[in-house]
Amino acid sequence: MKIRFSVALRHAAVAVASVALASQGFALDNVKFMIGANPGGGFDQTGRNLGKAMVEAGVAKSVQYENKGGAGGTIGLAQFANASKGDPNAMIVTGAVMVGAIVQNKPPVTLANATPVARLFYEYNVFVVPANSPLKSMKDVLEMLKKDPGSVKWGGGSRGSVDHISVAMIAKDAGVDPSKINYVPFQGGGEASAAILGGHVTVGTSGYSEMQQFIKSGKMRALAVTSGSKLPGEPVPTLKEQGVNVEIGNWRGVYGAPGITEAQRKALADAVVAASKQKSWTDALASNDWFPAVLTGEEFAKFVDGEHKRIEESMKAVGMVK
Amino acid sequence: MIETWNLLLGGFATAIQPANLMWAFIGCVLGTAIGVLPGIGPALTVAMLLPITAKVDPSGALIMLCGVYYGAAYGGSTTSILMNTPGESSSIMTALEGNTMAKHGRAGPALATAAIGSFIAGTIGVLLLTLFAPLVADFALKFGPAEFFSLMVLAFVTVSSVLGASMVRGLASLSLGLAIGLVGMDAIAGIPRYTGNVPEFIDGIEFVLVAVGLFAVGEALYNVLFEPKTDPGTRNKLSSIWMTRDDWKRSWPAWLRGTAIGFPFGSVPAGGAEIPTFLSYSTERKLSKHPKDFSSEGGKGAIEGVAGPEAANNANAAGALVPLLTLGIPTSATAAILIGAFQNYNIQPGPLLFQTSGPLVWGLIASLYIGNLMLLVLNLPLVGMWARLLTIPKPQLYAGILVFASIGVYGMRQSSFDLFLMYVIGVIGVIMRRFDFPVAPVIVGMILGPMSEKQLRNALSISQGDWLIFFKQPIACTFMVLTILVMFVPMILRKRGVRLSEDD
Repeated sequence: MKIRFSVALRHAAVAVASVALASQGFALDNVKFMIGANPGGGFDQTGRNLGKAMVEAGVAKSVQYENKGGAGGTIGLAQFANASKGDPNAMIVTGAVMVGAIVQNKPPVTLANATPVARLFYEYNVFVVPANSPLKSMKDVLEMLKKDPGSVKWGGGSRGSVDHISVAMIAKDAGVDPSKINYVPFQGGGEASAAILGGHVTVGTSGYSEMQQFIKSGKMRALAVTSGSKLPGEPVPTLKEQGVNVEIGNWRGVYGAPGITEAQRKALADAVVAASKQKSWTDALASNDWFPAVLTGEEFAKFVDGEHKRIEESMKAVGMVK
Repeated sequence: MIETWNLLLGGFATAIQPANLMWAFIGCVLGTAIGVLPGIGPALTVAMLLPITAKVDPSGALIMLCGVYYGAAYGGSTTSILMNTPGESSSIMTALEGNTMAKHGRAGPALATAAIGSFIAGTIGVLLLTLFAPLVADFALKFGPAEFFSLMVLAFVTVSSVLGASMVRGLASLSLGLAIGLVGMDAIAGIPRYTGNVPEFIDGIEFVLVAVGLFAVGEALYNVLFEPKTDPGTRNKLSSIWMTRDDWKRSWPAWLRGTAIGFPFGSVPAGGAEIPTFLSYSTERKLSKHPKDFSSEGGKGAIEGVAGPEAANNANAAGALVPLLTLGIPTSATAAILIGAFQNYNIQPGPLLFQTSGPLVWGLIASLYIGNLMLLVLNLPLVGMWARLLTIPKPQLYAGILVFASIGVYGMRQSSFDLFLMYVIGVIGVIMRRFDFPVAPVIVGMILGPMSEKQLRNALSISQGDWLIFFKQPIACTFMVLTILVMFVPMILRKRGVRLSEDD
């Protein structure tokens, strides 16, 4: 029995060695992506596009995806943190939405239970009004807001989303109490666009790529984008150019498993950076209006901490978190 | 108008290319299959098929994905009728009368009226889409939170017709549904309610899960526990497979009314596929000349109660394509993923779509006509085969239902928690059946409750707290007046001595 066991062990050792040999030339073996959302959404697209680019760049032998949606991605995060401890090939897609969900719901497992790897890109929002609105610029909106905060009905995604937080920041910057804003949340960009087109809200906000077609066809007028400088090829002024000191975006990135070594973390970050130079990735960026913003290592960890604080403060200001 | 026909003819030229016909066929078969399986919905299937867009040309892929979308609306009725297991949330109403009919040996006519009704409603829906899409889209945009809430009030009032024989028991079930609907993150304030710190509850409880638990699991367990002693197996009896002349006569108007309710509903943002089926069922129940046939009256199942909601469901699916193609606005989860498919080809559905990708869109619209016909041809011959499934001995049949239900619910998000929850709800379903509480109002409450709360709060936020908004805006006001009429006209008529054919 003993002998047979050791034979089995030796076989296993040989098998491991041959796998190691086979995977030479690949920085990572079979990469496993956890996606904390159902197929089709932004998290899913990010993970699948990145995985594809990693294989094309030759930094990963193969990629597997697991979708586990719910609660802003925190259900997937909990499973990831528990099931992939110390696995150097595991990654999870994260972003501002997940940080928001963590601040809001205080789940037992947070991003502190995983290892920061890299930020990938930003998505920016645009503020729009229906084509027949008398409001011509952000200045007009702010004047209306200062006169009577309740009269400006802001339409956007769910409360606590980047859409909502950006409105709270604008109000605060204009010296209006953020808890007084009249924010009307809709589920999904579609419902929000319909409410803006139908004139049910005064001003709407959503991702630029979602609103672009309405702006181009003249059904909506763009007042401001939330990026630091004008979006390439688009004439829409930024908030800052109109005297509103707010810059906010919806970022996405990846985290690694808890308990991996510093070298393993660097290997993951290097692989992601290599993938971000692939054509399939840059094409995905262009077609989704994602703006590359790669950030790795300790700087990324610090960035996420900062985001956590910023989102928490905004949620406190509008009375969502105590 | 002539121009539209020319464009449509061009579309048919695209759609009847052999490759595109093949894609339409694959889509229809796949859609029917996933429609039959509870839990696995069209949204998930279309999402899983998205990678195909990298390999197939845009016309072929989009024709196939739309086939899946359409096919699912057809297939959802099958398990509702045969096993009292709604395959999709929009076929819950179908289960009420359809399954009663099946239990009395009339599964064939129930399946046939569902298939033919789906074909007629789908075809009329696509015709309306072809001719009036831009007009319908402009009208649909007038629906804001105030209009939706007024509509919900109308739905709540008319829903009394699904409450069953005892008003008190019906209202108790409805309240249970409203309570379950409260679980999860509140859609407006973003604050978790009644989640008991269970992360799985934060997004609320999926109503397909509750429907499958209450209907399928509850039904199967109840029969295992109680039925054999009392019921000597009427279920396995099959009288006739085809619709009688009387069935046709009763189905026709129901199909048309269902279409008239379903299509506009599909085109309004945030409408959802379930509410038109509720409204259609209520309408048929109120207008029927055979009120004693309805299951809540202890009847043998009323065919119009299957024909109406199924037509509404399919017309709704066609209606949902109006805002999708003309505005780029998805009104359902599946539509949202379909937009993703368009975007994978760098095509943006929306106001510019007909100009930028005309041939593709017209090909797609033409393929919808073809797909509808395919689904009818595919489904009618299956009626006999499906109906014969009921001759399977009960132990095997119920075991099969439980297996199907488990696979479907687990498949929604690969969660063992969901599976456990489904069986807990199944046990509740057994208890409700044992004490004669109807189960359909639970689902109705679960769907209407959170939606009306959300729309009410948004409407009041928009009006800055003015409750009169529901009477100041013309469309909202129309619904409110209609609600008042529905409530009081029967009462006044009765007082004046006019007898209605059916009194609630």
